[in-house]
Amino acid sequence: MSYLIAFMIVFIGFLWQVSLDGIQRKVTAKIHRRVGPPWYQTFMDIFKALSKSSITHGFIYDFGVMMALGGTIATFMFLPFGNIVAFNGLDNFFVVVYLLAIGSLGMAMSASGSGNAWAGIGIMRALTQMLAYEVPFMIVVFGMIHVYGTSSLSELAHVQQMNGIFGWHIFTMPLGAIVAFISLLGMLSKVPFDTPIAPTEIASGPMVEYGGKHFGMLILQHEFATLVEVGLFVNLFLGGGNLIEYLIKYFFVYTLVTLIYAVSARFRIENVVTFFYGVPIVLSLVQAAIVIFTGLGVNV
Amino acid sequence: MNIFEEDLNDTITFWEKIKNIFRGKSLWMLHYCTGCGAVELPPTMTARFDMERLGMGPMATPRQADVLLITGYLSVKTLRRVIYTYEQMMTPKYLVGFGSCTINGGIYYDSYAVINRLDYYLPVDLYVAGCMPRPEAIMNTFKTLENMITKGEANGWKKYVENYDWYRNNQIRSLGEVYVKDEFHE
Repeated sequence: MSYLIAFMIVFIGFLWQVSLDGIQRKVTAKIHRRVGPPWYQTFMDIFKALSKSSITHGFIYDFGVMMALGGTIATFMFLPFGNIVAFNGLDNFFVVVYLLAIGSLGMAMSASGSGNAWAGIGIMRALTQMLAYEVPFMIVVFGMIHVYGTSSLSELAHVQQMNGIFGWHIFTMPLGAIVAFISLLGMLSKVPFDTPIAPTEIASGPMVEYGGKHFGMLILQHEFATLVEVGLFVNLFLGGGNLIEYLIKYFFVYTLVTLIYAVSARFRIENVVTFFYGVPIVLSLVQAAIVIFTGLGVNV
Repeated sequence: MNIFEEDLNDTITFWEKIKNIFRGKSLWMLHYCTGCGAVELPPTMTARFDMERLGMGPMATPRQADVLLITGYLSVKTLRRVIYTYEQMMTPKYLVGFGSCTINGGIYYDSYAVINRLDYYLPVDLYVAGCMPRPEAIMNTFKTLENMITKGEANGWKKYVENYDWYRNNQIRSLGEVYVKDEFHE
């Protein structure tokens, strides 16, 4: 039964995120004063990429793509989607963070297997950026987990709904929410943090050798990774909620990301690291100290 | 070999029609500018003419691209790179020639450094008239290409596979031996 629920949320999540991606392309177009593509454009892109032929650069190249897609879909199955939890009792923050790394590492392995120099540079940048944004995000979330004594995501979403809308952590832990939102921009690899996939500098970085079916699978992987990352933010800071509330909150967070990335330029990789190790890490330490030592903002 | 055998048939099945609709609605072009027609591409891509409304966008690498644009004159030196690039693209792939230079050499018709007819070397699906073509003409061409793909008429890459010997002989006559250097897998 839980497997059926898991497949159902994967299907709903796919339809929702891919349509939303098309809507965000429309939003970007409106900011640029263009017309923009129709909302179903991303479906067209994915199915077209899957209908093309593709080449292989060896076993690691094929296996890494499947590992990235499978690992990311598996991660998404463990995340609470609204109030639907597929595997009850396993919707743990550590499970999600641990499994999410499998997707990135599969892609890193596969891209290194392609043997392209741009792919190597892109992978190096992607892992460096991961090192940068994970630290402040983890400090904030570990402070939260330490105070509540639980790392279950549906539990953490549930405790925020006790005091109504002002019980959400975005209002009770504003510094932590700001840090987590900046980390979310880094996780999604959106401008200003799209350093790993810089089409004008390193020819799409890790993606440079992928075409056809492999590329279609990687677009899918990116969509599911977006579902996990935005879903983490909604569950940890906006209090989850039932399916409709969850999807509305998801829409607003993702639109805010789009509004930022439509008007920004790209950081260099050393700027990304020094940026994340500067103000966000200080803010996250202050927030963690506040919730651990004074208990202000969390209702234990 | 990176080619679907069933794609080479001339009969169009039901699934083939559906694939053609997807392929027509989402065209990614290779942003590899060979000649002076390329200056008309930035206005076509940006806010005024907005190429993205047709589902088109620039791609940085030939592996992901569907359309290769030969924008204007093509020197013999660049032809070798263009052949490498075209052969790296994944198979339903289309080629558009810009302006008179790709048809008959244009003002470079008697130059030793520039090729005269592009379709001796690579299969061209569509030509854009004009020297240089306006962004409206380019958008119109892409719309036409989209309709051709949806009807299953843009078959240049099939011609290239079927008549490879003829194309290869022409390429060798202009360039000397054509080979693809592959440092990683040799």
